[in-house]
Amino acid sequence: MNQILTVANKEFHDGLRNRWLLSITLIFALLSIGLTYFGAAVSGVEGVASLSTTVASLASLAVFLIPLIALLLSYDSFVGEQESGTLLLLLTYPLSKSQLLLGKFIGQGGIIALATLLGFGSSAVLLYFQLGNSEIISAFGLFIVSAILLGLSFTVISYLISLSVSEKSKAAGFALITWFLFALAFDLALLALLVGVEEGVTQQGLTQLMMLNPADIFRLVNLAGLDSSDVNGALAVAINASLSQTQLILALVAWVVLPLLLAIFIFRRKKL
Amino acid sequence: MNSPIVSLHEAGKSYGNLVALQSMTMSLNEGEVLGLFGHNGAGKTTMMKLILGVISPTAGKVEVMGMAPDSKEAWHCRTKVGYLPENVSFYEQLTGLEVLTYFSKLKGFSGGKAKKQAIDLLEQVGITYAMKRQVKTYSKGMRQRLGLAQAFIGKPKLLLLDEPTVGLDPIATRDFYKTVDQLKSSGSSVILCSHVLPGVEQHIDRAMILSSGKLLAMGSLNELRQQAALPVVIKPAFLNEESLNTFVAQNSRLKGFLTRQCQQTLMVPEHEKLSVLKQLLAFEGLNDIQVESANLEQVYQHFLALHEKHHGNSHEQQAKQNKPIGT
Repeated sequence: MNQILTVANKEFHDGLRNRWLLSITLIFALLSIGLTYFGAAVSGVEGVASLSTTVASLASLAVFLIPLIALLLSYDSFVGEQESGTLLLLLTYPLSKSQLLLGKFIGQGGIIALATLLGFGSSAVLLYFQLGNSEIISAFGLFIVSAILLGLSFTVISYLISLSVSEKSKAAGFALITWFLFALAFDLALLALLVGVEEGVTQQGLTQLMMLNPADIFRLVNLAGLDSSDVNGALAVAINASLSQTQLILALVAWVVLPLLLAIFIFRRKKL
Repeated sequence: MNSPIVSLHEAGKSYGNLVALQSMTMSLNEGEVLGLFGHNGAGKTTMMKLILGVISPTAGKVEVMGMAPDSKEAWHCRTKVGYLPENVSFYEQLTGLEVLTYFSKLKGFSGGKAKKQAIDLLEQVGITYAMKRQVKTYSKGMRQRLGLAQAFIGKPKLLLLDEPTVGLDPIATRDFYKTVDQLKSSGSSVILCSHVLPGVEQHIDRAMILSSGKLLAMGSLNELRQQAALPVVIKPAFLNEESLNTFVAQNSRLKGFLTRQCQQTLMVPEHEKLSVLKQLLAFEGLNDIQVESANLEQVYQHFLALHEKHHGNSHEQQAKQNKPIGT
């Protein structure tokens, strides 16, 4: 346990030193405060937008940003250390591969989680003071928790990439492709399936397909509770076949834990 | 007490068809310094990795302090092993002190002790003045010293050093060997992995010469010299030109030892060295004399050449297949 904490501590401080925490927090805070105050302007109303609209627009932005940031933060965690020779050195220490991996995960995951909490939390607090509505806390609470899980999930996915390639530049390339596939291509494919193929998938089937993409689960969590007028596309269909929020959150947790186990498995078999 | 720190019994490692190390048998005792020599891809790093337990042998057995180094039981032994990898570049954005503190903690030192240990070691390798600077500002020599300090954490019983003197200036090299001698006298065993470098021979007890995964020769420098049977070079200087001719004419036995290129040099087999020297010293026209036994480098070259002659035909093919695995 000590070893895990030592690694986690080092990774967390790296995140602080490289201004990752600061910049992610700032991006999230600016986005959420901006959307909270000016989001309504799109629909012709000035001032603070409705809660559901705010969370909906935040979620649709976050679903692109969070995976990208998580991938950027962690794509070189292992391949970078492999290139500089410290990975081999670390493994000659009394430090197991799973300890190293978990330590990195806690450290870098901590950066993502803290930045998400501070960034989005700031606008939640701001909204709360403006509206005095306690619903805000629960709506934002759910949003923040799911956003953190989304971030953690993509952190682990980037470990999978980092452990499977032998060069940093390749890892960067794969990270970009992964982001494109999960954030954009997957939904387009679903939409094509829905529109292009008659009787292709049932509503049930579509929702199940969406479980294959953590980004879509995140969307479902945050948009399901909202008026469907704010939502369109493949999502609207899926929302109607609703899974409970608990189930969705559990699916997100699975998207953190299963890749983590897979990463440990790959790391153990990795040739050094 | 007398059981070896490291022992390899017909240990081998291959990656698919590629044989990185062939059935290697050796042992290293407490307080012994072993030099491991060979070209890139000779299997030096593979052997080190086997001893470190980072990879497992595909054949034979490896034991470090009585246990298989890749097993769970050997876990606590790892705090007693120090390793300096070749070409390691430490976390550039951390300071030297932070890097060493991190590694000390991973070796099991708690916070305050880890820092104290780090400061002591930085002083030992002589870069205390730069300990608060980021590693990216370090010169190659300073990085190498930092790497050495890292290997010395926790007074290891076994040290594996890959190219330890690369990038060190002569003074730092001297300091480094001094440290090796100290560690040796305090009972630590050291494996020095190196290209053959001048100056290394005084500090090693035994040498191992590897080539393409095979052990070519092993033993103390004297034993290797005898095995190689390399001649001793004797360079007499005479008062005048004719003296040599008179001398050789008087001692016809010596004619055979004269080298063709240089008329002033005698190449004498080791066992005849003394008798030839006596003859030379008895000669009045002698002005000065130099005697050079074969050095490590010549011994190394000899064994490599011998190996290549033996495998002359298959060697080219091998060279094509053998992509170097590490160095």
